[in-house]
Amino acid sequence: MPNFDQELDASGLNCPLPILRAKKALTGMESGKILRIIATDPGSVKDFEAFAKQTGNELLESTEEGGKYIFFIKRA
Amino acid sequence: MEEKKLAIIATKGTLDWAYPPFILASTASALGYETQIFFTFYGLQLLRKKLNLKVSPLGNPAMPMPMPVPVLIQALPGMQSIMSSMMKSKMKSKGVASVEELRDLCLEADVKMIACQMTVDLFDFNTSEFIDGIEYGGAATFFEFAGTSDICLYI
Repeated sequence: MPNFDQELDASGLNCPLPILRAKKALTGMESGKILRIIATDPGSVKDFEAFAKQTGNELLESTEEGGKYIFFIKRA
Repeated sequence: MEEKKLAIIATKGTLDWAYPPFILASTASALGYETQIFFTFYGLQLLRKKLNLKVSPLGNPAMPMPMPVPVLIQALPGMQSIMSSMMKSKMKSKGVASVEELRDLCLEADVKMIACQMTVDLFDFNTSEFIDGIEYGGAATFFEFAGTSDICLYI
């Protein structure tokens, strides 16, 4: 599991809120820093892949543990 | 990466139709799109300071209900409000944002919202009924942006 600088708990939130909150969190971070996101929306798996691809912020890891989806995104 | 553009025309003022423009616009901004929404006719309801959006059960046979409701009952006064609150509480329990919240997120993300001036005049709306931070313009104003957009949606 990568180290991270900031964490965002988007549990219980549905599309498009996890993406919007993540975007906001990343905007306030320095380039190269890593954001860990926790989500419970199964749709967020595809969405964060697409988000990373389109914004250039790198998706380092995407895992699922016990109904929670964990993402590590590196600020571009 | 060159900035992409999304142009949306919002023409409907019911709760169910309020979601697509605000969800797509806020997400597009998060993805780095420059986004504008043009609100015309019933779509103007989505720009009111105080939103009181409803779903219409009538003529909407696909609307899910805990139990089937005959059309005549659906037509009774008050049914629309009851079904609208049912829908709102369902959305809340599923973690779906409110329309107000999504609209605020759009404003925060600099989504440009344009109210159709002709419709404002047609229905004798007062601009004080609408939220701050929007612009007023006509079809030509819309085309100025839509003509250069990558995606253009009529909702």
